[in-house]
Amino acid sequence: MTFAAHPVIELAGVSKLYGDVAALVEADLVVHRGEMLAVVGPSGSGKSTMLNIMGTLDLPSSGTVAIAGHAVDSLNDRELSALRAGTIGFVFQQFHLASGVSALDSVADGLLYSGRPRRERRRVAEAALRRVGLGHRLLHEPQQLSGGEKQRVAIARAVVGDPPLLLADEPTGALDSRSGAVVMELLHELHEAGTTVVVITHDRDIAASLPREVRLRDGRIEHDAGSPEPRALVRAGVAR
Amino acid sequence: MSTTQASLPAGRERPWAESPPPPRPRAARLSLSDVARVGGWGLRSRPMRVFLSALGIAIGIAAMIGVVGISTSSTNDLNKKLSALGTNLLTVAPGTTMNGSNAHLSKDAVAMIANRPEVISASATGTTDVKIYRNDHIPAVESGGLTVSAARTDLLRSIGGQIVDGRWLNGATSRFPAVVLGSETARSLGIHQAGPEVQVWLGNRWFTVVGLLAHNQLLPALDTQAFVGWQVAEKELSFDGYPTTVYTRAKDADVEKVHAVLGPTVSPEDPNEVNVSRPSDALAAKQATDSALSGLLVGLGGVALLVGGVGVANTMVISVLERRSEIGLRRSLGATRGQIRIQFLAEALLLSGLGGVGGVLLGIGVTGGYATYQGWAVLVPLWAMVGGLAATLVIGGLAGFYPAVRAARLPPTEALATN
Repeated sequence: MTFAAHPVIELAGVSKLYGDVAALVEADLVVHRGEMLAVVGPSGSGKSTMLNIMGTLDLPSSGTVAIAGHAVDSLNDRELSALRAGTIGFVFQQFHLASGVSALDSVADGLLYSGRPRRERRRVAEAALRRVGLGHRLLHEPQQLSGGEKQRVAIARAVVGDPPLLLADEPTGALDSRSGAVVMELLHELHEAGTTVVVITHDRDIAASLPREVRLRDGRIEHDAGSPEPRALVRAGVAR
Repeated sequence: MSTTQASLPAGRERPWAESPPPPRPRAARLSLSDVARVGGWGLRSRPMRVFLSALGIAIGIAAMIGVVGISTSSTNDLNKKLSALGTNLLTVAPGTTMNGSNAHLSKDAVAMIANRPEVISASATGTTDVKIYRNDHIPAVESGGLTVSAARTDLLRSIGGQIVDGRWLNGATSRFPAVVLGSETARSLGIHQAGPEVQVWLGNRWFTVVGLLAHNQLLPALDTQAFVGWQVAEKELSFDGYPTTVYTRAKDADVEKVHAVLGPTVSPEDPNEVNVSRPSDALAAKQATDSALSGLLVGLGGVALLVGGVGVANTMVISVLERRSEIGLRRSLGATRGQIRIQFLAEALLLSGLGGVGGVLLGIGVTGGYATYQGWAVLVPLWAMVGGLAATLVIGGLAGFYPAVRAARLPPTEALATN
């Protein structure tokens, strides 16, 4: 018997309130495996809230969230952490690389909570760095790297465990346009290799360059263009 | 339907709704070496702060180890001394009579004591009224606190005395003007050897120095005396012939018993007029007074340790505040709350453990320095070192607990937002 694959992200009626302020209102969103989309909107539109909820870093005030088929509200802290460790990779605007730590060790830390032995973590980390084109920068520390290189190290750390979902929060926000283009190029490559990529951005040009665009305004999804037909996905669904 | 299956509103196409749910995700364990590595990482990046907060702990532990080490070394030294000197020596001296005047020991006190079967040897000295001078030009008042005692020829054996030069009084020399000097007496008279040409002015006539005694640790009072023969003292120095101190060696097993019967033995009518003492007890008592000082130092060490613990707690609280974004990142990489908690707890334990190791080494150094200066063997008990390290780990655990819990409770979104 053939079953349809669980979507990577499934938000249904998700709202998030901070006191009286609604950061996200009744959001419905389904992202299937292998998609690449932009969540775009001006600051204060609820993008970051949506990223935190999709990344299971925050829980919604109401509505349901399922990540790769796991209903987030039914998981405890340990299970949520394990879900993040195995399923979700994060890329942040500020890179979050510790000074004094080599690129190789930073990337290997991406697997620290996966239970794999250190030797293997470093080996896989080296492969991930080569994949983002930094094979020549393995032992460089953050202060020896350019902004674009730092973000590529951060991307390598996010994908080192081969997570099905990559969440990138303003990945080009701290970069000049050329470095930004290189980073976007890299995200496209990861998408082509099968990773589901969600880019949160305020940059309309970047959003427009992605296959699907989800526009947010004042906490509401205003526009969702490029969503694939569910029926098409059923045909592509995995057999169990 | 499984519990992990999201219950979503109907009316939307959800062809995957019937798909079996994925297995619940399981968090992996951090290996011990990873915990140590992650905990040590925070320390490596702030070496100065680590040094200073570990120093507080180190000083506390060093004080404790030093006190224990020094008192152990000194006790060990005392025990060695006592076993060399013997703890079976008892001295008998006249006390005061009921009406307050000085009592006499009987002239045959030595014989009476020596007759007891538990007694190995007994001998006596008797204080004379004469003074000893380097020569006849010294004014009579400058006697230097030195006393001249009549001594029996068998005294040396009972007191365990050592001759450093010349010889002890014998049957012949004790009839003639011959003198043996205690170590302090010889030093203050400026005499470094015995011999027929070495003469001292004693009781208005010249006496020949025939021997020099070594310092007596058990009976330091003998050091400031000069000893002449019993007969010559009675004949030439108007000595009354009453012994003032009887030195008794008892069999080791019978020391207590002999102690009890010495008074009645020499003075059956008035045993209370006799003072019996055991010099080795005095030596041990001196040791005991030192332990009051040790108590004070242990108290100070405890305060230092407490302050050190507060320093570690403070360092950890600051560390958690400074590293919010690292905590957020680790949570996003899949660290559980427990793994964040254990990271900061490990950091606190490493920090105070570092102080503990430093403190133990410092304490051994202090003990070694002091003991060497005193001429003792250096002895730091293992239990003190292990106990010191264990104490620092307890302190580190207590100091790190609250910051670690705070770090673990930090919501990941809030942690990531700080930058």
